[in-house]
Amino acid sequence: MNSEILFFLLAGMILVFSILTVTTRRILRAAVYLLFVLVSTAGLYFMLNYNFLAAVQLTVYAGGIVVLIIFSILLTSHISERAKMAGKFQGVMSALAVVAGATLTLITILNYSFPAKSLNEVPSDVKSIGRALVSYNENGYALPFEVVSILLLAAMIGAIIVARKEKTADKNIK
Amino acid sequence: MTGTIPLQYFLIISTLMFFSGIFGFLTRKNLITMLMSIELILNSVNINFVAFNRYLYPDNLHGHFFTLIVIAVAAAEAAVAIAIIINIYRNFRSIEVDKVDEMKF
Repeated sequence: MNSEILFFLLAGMILVFSILTVTTRRILRAAVYLLFVLVSTAGLYFMLNYNFLAAVQLTVYAGGIVVLIIFSILLTSHISERAKMAGKFQGVMSALAVVAGATLTLITILNYSFPAKSLNEVPSDVKSIGRALVSYNENGYALPFEVVSILLLAAMIGAIIVARKEKTADKNIK
Repeated sequence: MTGTIPLQYFLIISTLMFFSGIFGFLTRKNLITMLMSIELILNSVNINFVAFNRYLYPDNLHGHFFTLIVIAVAAAEAAVAIAIIINIYRNFRSIEVDKVDEMKF
């Protein structure tokens, strides 16, 4: 019973704040609502008993990405600036498309009975997660782990190169 | 801790979150808020992965690990996207998509 109350609390928070994120006109408030959505999602992961994943969600998403977004908002727009939304026609049409898609997906979800299996659960503590991440046996994830590490390196170099000021070009002009 | 909560509830939440992200992506004009909509979409997909893993295939951790990888990809994507947005702001003095319509300046 308690877990149901907690679940509906988190679900309500996710729903309300994700809708507010995309409809509010103040950009900084949208970022804070996004933070609430991500923290509630971490709560859902805690409920599903994936503690390490919830911690990663809190540190990377809520701690890293939201801070990055807030920084870039403060760098690029005035703090009390109201965001410009699409025109009325475009807004109505997108709302129609979104409602149609959501209805279709919800009908599909509610009509399909997911066959539950009562298999024995594998432990998801940090030790077994760390072993699985560098293992190349069955149920090992060494390849995606290495691919993601190269992706992160490439993204880091790419972000530095894209965002730095070009000094050589300025010298050539003058 | 999820004794009596059916799997469908998690899927309903992630569906509504996904489509609110789609709505934001379609109606927003600011590049950063569009990026935030993309983060919403990725996050809803993560909820799906994790819920399917816990309810239908608890004997392995595929959904768990792919959620970790999606989080890493989202972080990389946000970093590169914000670098591009700041560069656009330097050149155009604006990050509204209406005003950014030239590749070369």
